[in-house]
Amino acid sequence: MKTILFSFKSFCTASLIFVSLSLLSCGGGGGSASGSDSTASSASNDEAIIGAGSSFDNPLFSKMFSEYNKLNGLKVNYQSVGSGAGIAQLTSKTVDFGASDAPMNGKQDSAVSSPVIHIPITAGAVVMSYNLPEVKDTLLLTPGVLADIFLGKITKWNDPKIAAINKGAKLPATSILIAHRSDGSGTTNIFTTYLAKVSPEWNTKVGKGSSVNWPAGLGGKGSEGVAGLIKQTPGAIGYIEIAYAIQNNMAFAKVQNKAGNFITPSIASVTAAANIQIPADSKVSLTNTDAADGYPISGFSWVLIYKEQKYGDRTADKTTKLLKLISWMIHDGQQYSGALNYAPLSPAAVSVGDAILKSATYDGKPILQ
Amino acid sequence: MDRSVENDAITRSDLSLRVISSAGAGQLVKAKAKTRRPFRQIRTENVFKRTLVIMGILMVILVLGILLTLVVQSLPSIKALGPKYLWGKVWDPVQDIYGAWPFLLGTLISSFLALFISIPFSIAVAIFLGEYYPKGWLPNLLKNTVELIAAVPSVIYGFWGLAVLVPIVRNFENKIGVQPVGVGIFSSSLILAVMIIPYAASLGRSMIQMVPSTLKEAAYGLGATRWEVIRSVVLPYTKSGLFAGILLSLGRALGETMAVTMVIGNTSIIPKNIFSPGNTMASVIANEFTEADKAVYLSALIELGLVLFLVTVVINMIGKKIIDRFTTE
Repeated sequence: MKTILFSFKSFCTASLIFVSLSLLSCGGGGGSASGSDSTASSASNDEAIIGAGSSFDNPLFSKMFSEYNKLNGLKVNYQSVGSGAGIAQLTSKTVDFGASDAPMNGKQDSAVSSPVIHIPITAGAVVMSYNLPEVKDTLLLTPGVLADIFLGKITKWNDPKIAAINKGAKLPATSILIAHRSDGSGTTNIFTTYLAKVSPEWNTKVGKGSSVNWPAGLGGKGSEGVAGLIKQTPGAIGYIEIAYAIQNNMAFAKVQNKAGNFITPSIASVTAAANIQIPADSKVSLTNTDAADGYPISGFSWVLIYKEQKYGDRTADKTTKLLKLISWMIHDGQQYSGALNYAPLSPAAVSVGDAILKSATYDGKPILQ
Repeated sequence: MDRSVENDAITRSDLSLRVISSAGAGQLVKAKAKTRRPFRQIRTENVFKRTLVIMGILMVILVLGILLTLVVQSLPSIKALGPKYLWGKVWDPVQDIYGAWPFLLGTLISSFLALFISIPFSIAVAIFLGEYYPKGWLPNLLKNTVELIAAVPSVIYGFWGLAVLVPIVRNFENKIGVQPVGVGIFSSSLILAVMIIPYAASLGRSMIQMVPSTLKEAAYGLGATRWEVIRSVVLPYTKSGLFAGILLSLGRALGETMAVTMVIGNTSIIPKNIFSPGNTMASVIANEFTEADKAVYLSALIELGLVLFLVTVVINMIGKKIIDRFTTE
């Protein structure tokens, strides 16, 4: 009885201490949260710029915004919530800009009240990572073989179709385990867009999107989930972002591009893939482009803003700040991409981005000259 | 021990009653001053009671509100897909075909398998701590460890499962000759089993400690061995409590998201056996909610939440029925 009472007492004190501690820490957290809240609420009074969207862009954006803050003292609050959620927040006008790894689709376009412009901000690549301890050379893949693997038609690594491309490589008889993303992601969108382009069968059976109905394979949550499956399972193949693969020293394959060359994915080959004729609205997929030395599975990431910037209680001053920020991001800001394994924009993309930025208006008048 | 607590309570309330009555019957002059205190007490009583009622009603409103939100938000998908949603086998966001059957199966199979794995452990812990060794450093250590299991965040179980458990399961699968994938329903059930042990164990322990010692002493007096006492006195006396604990842990297993997502393989197919990869309703919602870019898609995911809600309600109701039958017998 006494011991129970005692333990109950000590439990009470312990929980009291715990609660007060957590309250304290909450207070601290709340303090900083209210700090950011104050910036958020004063954002409408042109203090900070708020953005939301792609988690792929987040590391680069964090670097860019902190550098820009040093230069101009402008605070940018970016929420890495995913491309789809970013577009939704832009649609409901709770943010100044959205960021997305895929251009807005027809349904999203019809949901917004006024036109939205897409400014290409960076480019990334999706690499085919694999786990084959027996294969010493880099694996080579053609679009046809890649599509057949992911359709579940090629099930063994020593399949004649794979052996025909990789002459001399010692391919094991293990079965192929496919790892894909289980969460909706821009990476999946780029990869399935590529497969839909190179394989008519994939296009009709599966299609493209940020989540699809995979014919075969296992799903891992996030890049780390897919990477975990690949690292652990001999005979696994999966797709991950190039930055993640490089940082984690994962083997990835050379993929044949449209011109017939086998290309190692790298920052340079992604930038090369983007050096093509870019349409005026910049909504272009960089998958399977004509560039002879471009890596075929790459894609732009875009910053999205309303073309007419006068909505709600936005001031001209704030709009100018936003546009200057984006302009800096596509010019000077690009120097930070390489170190973080993002591909800098190609000259063609920068000039298109400039033209699009100049088309933005405030009350019908252009903002940037 | 229980009895002594009760006795304490009775004498204490008796005392206070006596104090009040003596004050009322005491000197009439000071009666006004003295009766003010009981009035204040009554007022506090009323405020306290009202607070309790309001809190209770708020809880009911909250749950009904959640149900209502789920229903309203899933209306577009219910309209577009109809009841076929429940037994459809294909989940294809690209073509707007949504069928929840593989996820419903995955949720039920993984949760019940986890429950069957966990029951022997949780009952054993409950009997060990409740009957055999209620005191001492080892039982205390065991008790705290089991309670700690419930406090560990599920994402840590997920990481541990992916890094440690999955390779072990893969080796095991290699030996028994099924496709050596490692991740799958079996792995997630193992993780879930570990996670849900504390719920049934701690409830079972307190139930077993509440068995009146007179009953047990009578059984011992009749010459029963310890095992016989447990089998024919303790377990029958506590079966409804033990079952309630198991039900609680089943509810936890049905809704667990993060750890399951990391080890179940996230494949939208109907599982062929317990080793094949699958998917659960909770993990599909967690995976696809952020990037659901179409109205029907989003609504279909919310409808998945509604189905999960209803499944939990139905299982709880069945459980309550079974507990009622246990206790009336």
